[in-house]
Amino acid sequence: MKSHLSLALVGLTFIGCMGCGDKQADAVKTYSEIVLASYEDSLSTAQALQAAADALVATPSEATLQAAKDAWLASRVPYLQTEVYRFYDGPIDNATDGPEGMLNAWPLDEHYIDYTTEDATAGIINGDQTIDAASLRDLNEKDGDANIATGYHAVEFLLWGQDLSETGPGARPHTDYLDGAANYERRGLYLKTAAAMIVEDLQTLVNAWKVDATYRKDIEDAESKEGVRRIMTGMIVLSGFETGGERLKTAYDNMDQEDEHSCFSDNTHVDMIEDVRGVQNVWLGSYTRVDGSKVEGPSLKDAIADVDSALADRLTSEIADSLAKANDLPTPFDQAIASGNDAGRAKVMALITALRTQEATLEEIFQLLELTIPQPE
Amino acid sequence: MLGALALLICCFGDGKERAEVESGEWLPGGETTNTLLLGVNAYIRPVSNITDAHELDFFFTGNAFFNQPWVEAPSSTSARDGLGPLFNARSCSACHPKDGRGSPALEPDEDFVSLLIRFSRSGSSDVGGPVPDPIYGHQLQNNSLPGVPTEGRPRLRYEELAGVYPDGETYTLSKPVYSFTELAYGELDAAVRWSPRVAPAVYGIGLLDTISSERLEALADPDDANGDGISGRVNRVWNVRAGEHQPGRFGWKGEHPTAYQQTVSAFVGDLGITTSGALKDDCTSVQADCLNSPDGGEPEVTDEMLVKVVNYVRLLAVPMRQRYDDPDILRGKWLFNSVGCASCHVPNHRTQKVSDLEELTEQNIWPYTDLLLHDMGPELADEHAVFDAAGSEWRTPALWGISYLKAVNKHERLLHDGRADGIEEAILWHGGEAASARDQFKNLSVDDRRHLIDFVGSL
Repeated sequence: MKSHLSLALVGLTFIGCMGCGDKQADAVKTYSEIVLASYEDSLSTAQALQAAADALVATPSEATLQAAKDAWLASRVPYLQTEVYRFYDGPIDNATDGPEGMLNAWPLDEHYIDYTTEDATAGIINGDQTIDAASLRDLNEKDGDANIATGYHAVEFLLWGQDLSETGPGARPHTDYLDGAANYERRGLYLKTAAAMIVEDLQTLVNAWKVDATYRKDIEDAESKEGVRRIMTGMIVLSGFETGGERLKTAYDNMDQEDEHSCFSDNTHVDMIEDVRGVQNVWLGSYTRVDGSKVEGPSLKDAIADVDSALADRLTSEIADSLAKANDLPTPFDQAIASGNDAGRAKVMALITALRTQEATLEEIFQLLELTIPQPE
Repeated sequence: MLGALALLICCFGDGKERAEVESGEWLPGGETTNTLLLGVNAYIRPVSNITDAHELDFFFTGNAFFNQPWVEAPSSTSARDGLGPLFNARSCSACHPKDGRGSPALEPDEDFVSLLIRFSRSGSSDVGGPVPDPIYGHQLQNNSLPGVPTEGRPRLRYEELAGVYPDGETYTLSKPVYSFTELAYGELDAAVRWSPRVAPAVYGIGLLDTISSERLEALADPDDANGDGISGRVNRVWNVRAGEHQPGRFGWKGEHPTAYQQTVSAFVGDLGITTSGALKDDCTSVQADCLNSPDGGEPEVTDEMLVKVVNYVRLLAVPMRQRYDDPDILRGKWLFNSVGCASCHVPNHRTQKVSDLEELTEQNIWPYTDLLLHDMGPELADEHAVFDAAGSEWRTPALWGISYLKAVNKHERLLHDGRADGIEEAILWHGGEAASARDQFKNLSVDDRRHLIDFVGSL
């Protein structure tokens, strides 16, 4: 059952636990280290994606196309784990210059970028607009939420094409990048530009979280409760609104392939798994890097266990349950949600329920700590 | 107590009167207030007390339909086809981005997206409503499906009006000048009246929908019986489903009595999507291609889907106020009341019992509107009458949530056509019944003007 969020109180108060402020400060430090490491991994895998995209455009073949697709899939694993850092106006999504909309906006109107089966001359690629980073940034989300021109899903569409299959992902031919295909040069340029822009935006995020960077100092120097508030806001909104709601429940209701988060590559089940893993990383204070090493430290769980250990244990098991249910989703996701697939739909619903349970517990903790949005100075 | 004026306290040693903080005023939506997410996401949250059932049944899917673009029929995405044949935008969120406010075109050659033009002729319909233009219908739709001519391309430029405060400080206002180009069915008849309307924000509608009619009648004073210069009127508008006149609340002239009717009207007028509440697209008898276009089913949006969109909007939360108790804000609040702004921007109401969305029941809310019509003077007037609203009358808009407008929508364009860039300009455009309050504002010291503006900007 959903708990009520606490009504805002004026000022910050610590509730009786000796030294729990220290544990919260430690948790914020560990969080910052995990954030930096996961953005660094996102950057390095995006650089590999960029290299593979460049290779595809230089020498289009089935092999280079497959290598680029593999690089895209690999780059998603660390990035999705960073989605839990959204929703508190941090570097990823602050109102002024947060790059989230440039990186991972979805859903995407295919016609905005390139040809589709409905319209062979659709999109920027088949038009005459300039294709460069500045122009694509202007075109992103212009005159409509679905007018996505940049980011992971734009690159996904350029590598896989529309998903017209009931059993597999999109099947764009490598020849789309070869002389003979309409606008093949513009398509190649677009792909290279979009991949380079992902790298550029991830670099700014890495820079924002380096030791001594402005934002990093801001979150570590703030009252530790404010740091915890931001961390938990990301966990709450990602669990409930974003993953449980926008991505899962909507797809479940509409049974529409178009609502699948990574609809071109059929990689949606990985999106769900890694989103939940990101929440778990932050909770347990442990992140496993792409090279297998671990970044660990005193965790948010440790800080909460000091205040209410039963509640902390409950959240730990609920997050683990969500992760298990995410791993249990049948693939491809667009078939799991399909009308008539009762078994698949039941598993999607089970994950939605597990995420909402987790969200409710997170809100209980939020209330317990009496976290409030601070008044501006 | 409802409607009580803020008590004044005199402290801080500077002799200036300040208001007190009133209980709950930092939670403009009562228990429904969004206290979790501010910044660019300030308007997208569901009410804080949303039930599991309502969140699952209405909010997520309604949100998806609000945000995702509609497409031409017939289409493989049959759940979302039926756009047009004439339309202003492809999705609700194109004009109400992140559940916030639209902006007028700012460059002279810019296409209109979130501002539209309503048309009418003199006279009224058999239920007292506006009479559409026989050629162009109820509004100018500047987009269309392939094969159907768009109605026209409206254009906007601004004339600068310079002004001076009594203390010598200067200001500039921008007067909008409209022109209509590429009209597909001939020039506009000289008798056509038109009214530009920018898309308002959609959060808080659920709560405004449940202020009682008795409350609105009690606040109304159409003949200014109490002699205070303010003569708010209820706009008695036609509720199509109920088949009777009811107090209007939504739309710049309060033309719609319920969130349901507002949504149905926006679907058909702005997107060209039919529902059981409005089964015909806005094609006039001369628009043959429009009339002959295929539709996406009858109606194009089912009742099941419609109720999700309506309830999604009704379940959007108003964000909390972050600044409400610092001395400068409280000075501004005191001025807001003493200058007379609160006579129309009534701060506080209590909602009624709501049977279907109990989250909205009996909340103590702070929208800063009386939802009534007021004569705002000749400079803001158009000649477009809507039910009881004359050409110079406008319904008081709500001020809650304005503190996040810049962060969410990246602009601060205010008033019915977005002509005011920021709160100060909006105040300076006030005329008619509001002229006295505006003049008192102009006569304040520069510091006090700043405090009043900052108070409004903190809502």
